[in-house]
Amino acid sequence: MQPRKGRPRGVGAGQESSVEHLDRQGPVPAEEAGQLRYDDPWYDALASGWGESAGAGVPTPAVVPSARGEGESGVATADVYLEVQRSEAFQEVRRRYRRFVVPAFVALFAWYVGYVVAATTAPELMARPVAGAVNVAMVAGLGQFLTTFLFTWAYARHARLRRDRAALELRWDTQELTRGVNGGVS
Amino acid sequence: MTGEHQTLALLLFSAFVAVTLGITTWVSRNRRGSAEEFYAGGRLFSPMENGFAIAGDYMSAASFLGVTGLIALFGYDGLLYVVGFLVAWLVVLFLVAELVRNCGRFTLADVVAARMRERPVRIAAGTSSVTVSVLYLVAQMVGAGSLVALLLGGTSGAARAWTVIGVGALMVIYVSLGGMRATTWIQIVKAVLLLGGTIALTVLVLMRFHGDLNRLLLTAAERSGHGEAFLAPGLKYGGDWTARFDFISLGLALVLGTAGLPHILSRFYTVPTARAARRSVVWAVGLIGGFYLMTIVLGFGAAAIVGPDAVRGSNAAGNTAVPLLALDLGGGAGSTGGTALFAIVAAVAFATILAVVAGITLASSASVAHDLYASLRRRGGKPRSEVAVARVAAVGVGVVAIALGLLARDLNVAFLVGLAFAVAASANLPVLLYSLFWRGFTTRGAVWAVYGGLVPALVLVVLSPVVSGSPDSLFPGLDLQYFPLQNPGLVSIPLGFLAGWLGTVTSAEVPDEARHAETEVRSLTGAGAA
Repeated sequence: MQPRKGRPRGVGAGQESSVEHLDRQGPVPAEEAGQLRYDDPWYDALASGWGESAGAGVPTPAVVPSARGEGESGVATADVYLEVQRSEAFQEVRRRYRRFVVPAFVALFAWYVGYVVAATTAPELMARPVAGAVNVAMVAGLGQFLTTFLFTWAYARHARLRRDRAALELRWDTQELTRGVNGGVS
Repeated sequence: MTGEHQTLALLLFSAFVAVTLGITTWVSRNRRGSAEEFYAGGRLFSPMENGFAIAGDYMSAASFLGVTGLIALFGYDGLLYVVGFLVAWLVVLFLVAELVRNCGRFTLADVVAARMRERPVRIAAGTSSVTVSVLYLVAQMVGAGSLVALLLGGTSGAARAWTVIGVGALMVIYVSLGGMRATTWIQIVKAVLLLGGTIALTVLVLMRFHGDLNRLLLTAAERSGHGEAFLAPGLKYGGDWTARFDFISLGLALVLGTAGLPHILSRFYTVPTARAARRSVVWAVGLIGGFYLMTIVLGFGAAAIVGPDAVRGSNAAGNTAVPLLALDLGGGAGSTGGTALFAIVAAVAFATILAVVAGITLASSASVAHDLYASLRRRGGKPRSEVAVARVAAVGVGVVAIALGLLARDLNVAFLVGLAFAVAASANLPVLLYSLFWRGFTTRGAVWAVYGGLVPALVLVVLSPVVSGSPDSLFPGLDLQYFPLQNPGLVSIPLGFLAGWLGTVTSAEVPDEARHAETEVRSLTGAGAA
């Protein structure tokens, strides 16, 4: 973590420490029971309500009008988004997203296409018995189920631990900036 | 089938219809008719509720009846479908769910139009969304007709026609009166019913074999008459290279199509945040994965207990494997248990069809009102009038689906679903991914990506053996067949991506940096999300 030079606002410690905090959180046993264990689903609605409604504590979806205004304030809003896009904090979030999603997508797609192609072009290989009635094809098919569950679990975990908090703060900052531009408040 | 079956099944089905109509009136009282409310149910569903609704939206009668039938008849080759249906959710989870939730408001076109010239992009994306939805709808309507024909015995044309009309009328009522909120609750109820029924049947199958899966598989292989080959790929798609490429094409369409299905995308707008959208997909993957694992057991169970010959004797496509299995598991024809279980399975299948068609009708009416009507008519209409248009559009979509459902009643249901997936993957997915991830993407690229996938997909189907040139075709007398594959995905999906790229590199338009920045920032952080 280096200091974020390009931050749109003088944020400093808050953002910084939370991102680093996330980094240290790596092996937190938050999801012991695998992908079938879930927290209270309402927690999420409330937590995000906080982010959306500017700290008012009301879980209504703040219907922020699409920030892309036409007209003169639109130009300024566009600047905000460009500025945020260039900021180190945003690039870090984007990097984390892509670093997980790109290799994971390539792997799952190759594994699936490989499976389909093998099933259609090499049935002899797929028919080779493994144990009892179970053959290679059966193992591969159930393997697809298993890897789907594992990928889902890994993605959700990665997003929760490595992206969510930083993204929420960015959302917060960005909305405050656009609000400032549009309403002339800040 | 006997009179008892019919009475009990019709009774259960009427009960479901009564419950769903009750839900519809209950949720539609005291509601303002805002667009937020109508298209997105107020955006306050919890991830668990939305996960069940996604599962209810996705697990169609084609999987419950069609895929189990394919497994019962062709063994392992039926299982290939199931894998594609499930793995597709990873594409949705990784690339689409959260980003679409953050960028869009109601439809797929919202995401693309945010950084392009709005009008042409909305018209293109709206057209392809409606096309996909109508194809998918027709598949479900045809399925409903076949189910009733089976239930009432014989293949009385009038009964089929009335079923299609009845299903169409019900879905229009659900959607135009209840909007997304009623649709969501109907899908949740249906998901619970379908999962409950599937779990019960699976437990009964496993009890029959004392929990010994190995013996279940061996018995299925033995009764199929194919021996070990029943448990390996190749019985259905192992013939010539055309059949093999056809399957690869279908596999691609299945895995890439889900992320472009309008009714699936619109479900992500019903939760408050991207994080909630992600968690609803996690729920959905768990539910859908569990469901498909059980359909595998049911398929092989039907092969082992009922036997492929009896299944084929009842319906050549295998669509009746699960009802027949239920009859046998309950104690056989004539017994009370068998009658009850058969009737329950039939009613669950009806419920499945109703919930799925409601979701698709809602998504396509949103595309018509929010994308097509808003672009083709004068801009700046009030949201109130847009919802009114959407309600009328639901009626229009219903009428079109009923008409096509009556015309297409002899088409294979699984084929129609595969076709809808192929069109979704060719026309909707490229434009969606390019808009979310490609900085230099332009309006022309977006329009070309949609039409460059949509038109080849449809043209290739018209030129395929499905429409003409073979004894099983829609028009066996004609010969327009120039394309050998039934599913166009293998060709049309790459064409969609290629057209989008070509349109972008040849356009003079300079991509708008700021609007790309806005899409990217919004998609990953949720800033300014509706």
